[in-house]
Amino acid sequence: MAGLAWLIPLLPLASWLYIGLPSHRASTRYDRVGIGAVGIAFLLSLGVLWDVIRGGSAAASFTWAVHGSTAITIGYQVDGLTAVMLVVVTLVSLMVQVYSLGYMHGDRRYKRYYAVLSLFTFAMLGLVLADNLLLLYIFWELVGLSSYLLIGHWFEDPANVRAANKAFLTTRAGDVAMFIGIMILFSQTGTFAFGELGELAQAGAISAQALALGAILLFAGAVGKSAQFPLHVWLPDAMAGPTPVSALIHAATMVAAGVYLVGRAYPVFAASPEAMQVVAWIGGITAIFAATMALVQADIKKVLAYSTVSQLGYMMLGLGLGGYTAGLFHLITHAFFKALLFLGSGSVIHATGTQDMHQMGGLIRKMPITGWTWIIGSAALAGIPPLAGFWSKDEILLTAYYANPTLFWIGVVAAAMTAFYITRATWLTFFGAPRDAERYAQVQESPRVMTVPLVILAVLAATVGFLGAPPLGAPFAQLVHFGEVHHLEMTSVVTWGVTAAWVLGVLVALAIYAGGWISRQRIISGLRPVYTLLKNRYYIDDAYDYLFVKGSIGLAYVVGWLDRVVVDGIVNGVAAITRWFADATGLFDREVVDGAVNGVADGVSVGSQAFRRLQSGLVQSYILAMAVTVVLGLAIFVIGG
Amino acid sequence: MLTALVFTPLVGALVILFMNKEKEQQIRRTALAFSLIPLLIVLLMAFQFEPGAGMQFVERYEWIPSIGVSYYLGTDGISFPMLVVTALVTPLAILASFSITHRVKEFFALFLLLETGMLGVFVALDYFLFYIFWEVVLVPMYFLIGIWGGPRRQYASIKFFIYTLAGSVVMLVGILALYFASGLGTFDMLAIAEHGRLGRFDPTFQVWVFLALFFGFAVKVPIFPFHTWLPDAHVEAPTGGSMVLAGVLLKMGTYGFFRIAVPTLPEAAAQFAFPMALLGVIAIVYGALAAMAQPDLKKMVAYSSISHMGYVVLGIAAGVAGGSTMAMNGALFVMVSHGIISPLMFFLAGTMVYERTHTRMIPEMGGLWSQVPVVGTVLAFAAFANLGLPGLSGFAGEFFTFVGSFPVYTTLVIVGALGLILTAGYHLWMMQRVLLGEPKGSPGGMVDITGRELVVSVPLMALTLALGIFPPLLLDLVNPSVVALINQVQLALGGF
Repeated sequence: MAGLAWLIPLLPLASWLYIGLPSHRASTRYDRVGIGAVGIAFLLSLGVLWDVIRGGSAAASFTWAVHGSTAITIGYQVDGLTAVMLVVVTLVSLMVQVYSLGYMHGDRRYKRYYAVLSLFTFAMLGLVLADNLLLLYIFWELVGLSSYLLIGHWFEDPANVRAANKAFLTTRAGDVAMFIGIMILFSQTGTFAFGELGELAQAGAISAQALALGAILLFAGAVGKSAQFPLHVWLPDAMAGPTPVSALIHAATMVAAGVYLVGRAYPVFAASPEAMQVVAWIGGITAIFAATMALVQADIKKVLAYSTVSQLGYMMLGLGLGGYTAGLFHLITHAFFKALLFLGSGSVIHATGTQDMHQMGGLIRKMPITGWTWIIGSAALAGIPPLAGFWSKDEILLTAYYANPTLFWIGVVAAAMTAFYITRATWLTFFGAPRDAERYAQVQESPRVMTVPLVILAVLAATVGFLGAPPLGAPFAQLVHFGEVHHLEMTSVVTWGVTAAWVLGVLVALAIYAGGWISRQRIISGLRPVYTLLKNRYYIDDAYDYLFVKGSIGLAYVVGWLDRVVVDGIVNGVAAITRWFADATGLFDREVVDGAVNGVADGVSVGSQAFRRLQSGLVQSYILAMAVTVVLGLAIFVIGG
Repeated sequence: MLTALVFTPLVGALVILFMNKEKEQQIRRTALAFSLIPLLIVLLMAFQFEPGAGMQFVERYEWIPSIGVSYYLGTDGISFPMLVVTALVTPLAILASFSITHRVKEFFALFLLLETGMLGVFVALDYFLFYIFWEVVLVPMYFLIGIWGGPRRQYASIKFFIYTLAGSVVMLVGILALYFASGLGTFDMLAIAEHGRLGRFDPTFQVWVFLALFFGFAVKVPIFPFHTWLPDAHVEAPTGGSMVLAGVLLKMGTYGFFRIAVPTLPEAAAQFAFPMALLGVIAIVYGALAAMAQPDLKKMVAYSSISHMGYVVLGIAAGVAGGSTMAMNGALFVMVSHGIISPLMFFLAGTMVYERTHTRMIPEMGGLWSQVPVVGTVLAFAAFANLGLPGLSGFAGEFFTFVGSFPVYTTLVIVGALGLILTAGYHLWMMQRVLLGEPKGSPGGMVDITGRELVVSVPLMALTLALGIFPPLLLDLVNPSVVALINQVQLALGGF
């Protein structure tokens, strides 16, 4: 079965081609094609996973380019990590596509929407199957393309287009750094293949400096894709896309690609302590930094967006500190509960027509399925046992505790913030009195196609954590591990720290929003500067806008001016001087030289009468004359030479 | 076979000259038919072409033996891909020019003459012949811009003509210097190159001749700072003219490096490799920035051409200085890739978009994608291809060039790679203003893609996709010849 893994991405590829090609058959149900393709892909992925669990694996490659005698090969490989990712990607994609039947119903670009979802699924599956950096990079850019197209799905609104451009360009900046990293590693090893690169790195065949630089630059690509500080700015704006897209691409799968890359190239990273430090610290900083911004968002999707950034930071933190299994396990659990939360928020937005939580409230009475599944997702995110997020976050913090106490405490504080902001969002949305009675009156539960995926994802968010639960033998670790499988001893500091974090977060949030024991206004006015700073995203977006966007365009105008006025000015100047010189020469020529010539000509014209008969106008005689000339010329040449 | 290839269009031009100028449709079809024959011939040749077998389909006859001029044609892995591009782009450009209604007869006759010149440049192995073809290209293009061009056609065509003529005259001086200094009494390119590689040219002489050739080729490419004729020429040229100008004419310059400057004067080439690489990277970044600043869609594409030709120059330099096969393969790959993407871009800017919006000014457009989705998709495809999206040919070429040049010119490649962000930037910004947002200007009434537009754009798109997914299609042709070239250069430099 694992040998059939290459078929998995081809199914959505075929569906993309089918839906995407221009067609006049307007009545065809494109949505069914997309769902069918990803559904079969999901079943195949399950088969592959089953095979891999029983020890199966597969790999194949072929030559993509030959330079001199150096061949560049690309191919695919199936191991535990790939198999798990295949299942996650196809499952979430399937859920999202089913959900979109309801959410996107009647959309003006429904067909295009399903086409690009298929394209995305294809690219993401290709990305996880790639056995080398080059092929991964190719799919990496293709998922970026689909992300761009979907963020700008409603491109009539300029804000959406700006968000799409911001996403593409910010990640592109990371990608270029990653490309340079790939070039460094390739110039050192002559290969793009993960296997060989890992072996060479682990064997110390790459100089430490080049290895560190290469790995860090590779990580820069992950920083872009996984929206890590300082390239996190695009993800919150990416919420401009349709909400199911946010669930699939900007929460569960594509943004996880950066984490996946670090996991896939882990032998390279692990061989460089400097690179690992960078990964860990960037992850830790992002985890807490994004969590602070999630505290103050009014837009339900923005809360989830910053939460995603923060959780991806946890994954990087885990990976950077050597917690390979922990970081990747959080990737899996997060995929389910965050997809759930996004789809839940979509259900709310669908029903209320707004994203502003201050216009919601009390929705659980009207939308019980959405409400309760959301609560399960929130609890999983907050790390409340025994839901999925508890197990995975616990593992990461445990790793941090042993490896780097500072980062451990940062992680704990961020965990408290996580519990706070998601409790806040839950309360504002689903509980309390409705703050907008008019909206509330019209609210009704979403249709079955939307709630069924919510329920399925809620079940997964509740249970998938057990796959990594040490009391159950942590089956996930058996499948995805780096080096030997090892379990860290649980300590009371971690247990109490983690528990205190989520309890405190939940309680403070409830105290402010549910009980009203602490005045929200007083906190805001008491912490005015901090609040303003957070609301304005630490002014980072503004700074980038001035520095890079306006800077580049400004520089472009300078270059455009330079080109027109200076470079082309010189050309035109040369032309003008030449013309002046030509005029002067012309004058001289007309008056002086031609005067002499005319004199001579008068003389010649007399003599030329004699030659006139030669110009008979007969072609034959011309040819004859030419032939004679050539023969004479040759004769002279031969005799002379 | 090559003679038939090169001169069929000329025969077509003559046939058209004898046709009744009233029968415009007939003239158009005749021109198209005569431009399709070279495509057929090239495809037939592709089956017989043996990569790595050196010069093939060679034809050689004495022509003016007194001074050593011969009629000498041949093609190898370096020139053959350019023949394919020329033979493909010309009929598409002719088809794109069917909307020309002014002096139809002359237009198509000149266009076919142009094709003969272009094909001839890529197969000529005799300097005399090469120079004739080189100049034959110049004249019809001058008239195409000057007669059928836009409002500033006079200025643009004269600038184009004088600038490139100046370049080719200096190149001619270089060629004559080679001819006399070699003392072989032949204009045979390969023989003179052999002579040069054996180190029989004085180093100082090499430098001067290289500079002369460099100037000639640099104007054509064009290499910064000799590029300012290009935006003007493109803006004023009719669509068909722009398509071959960007697709084929620019490549004549870089081809000159491959065929003449590098193999004949390897030492000077190595000496000038770094400045060339530097100019290449300047072109990449400078061209991208200048493109970003242009409100005129055609001008934006023109500057983007300058930027892309920078990759070629960089790749050649790295191939010479570092013996990097990948860099040189990359340079040739970019030549072909840009040779198919840029005609598509110009077809879009000059025809597909222009005929719907009646403007080329980007700020005056908007919302095209929702009005004409298929045209919008073609533009998006071309833009993503041009910005180097993986899976399309532009990426493969840039990737090989950069990766191959990296060990040779690490810093320059890093600077050039930063240009990739700018390249993405101006394309996205263009799409934002042209395709996305609310429709501007004339509401409704736009027809989506026409059959003719489909016939012109689909082959270019298909080839872009095919080369991007499976580079060996091109690479297998090119690689052996590039390996041979690099070995020759390295041998001459004493590198092996």
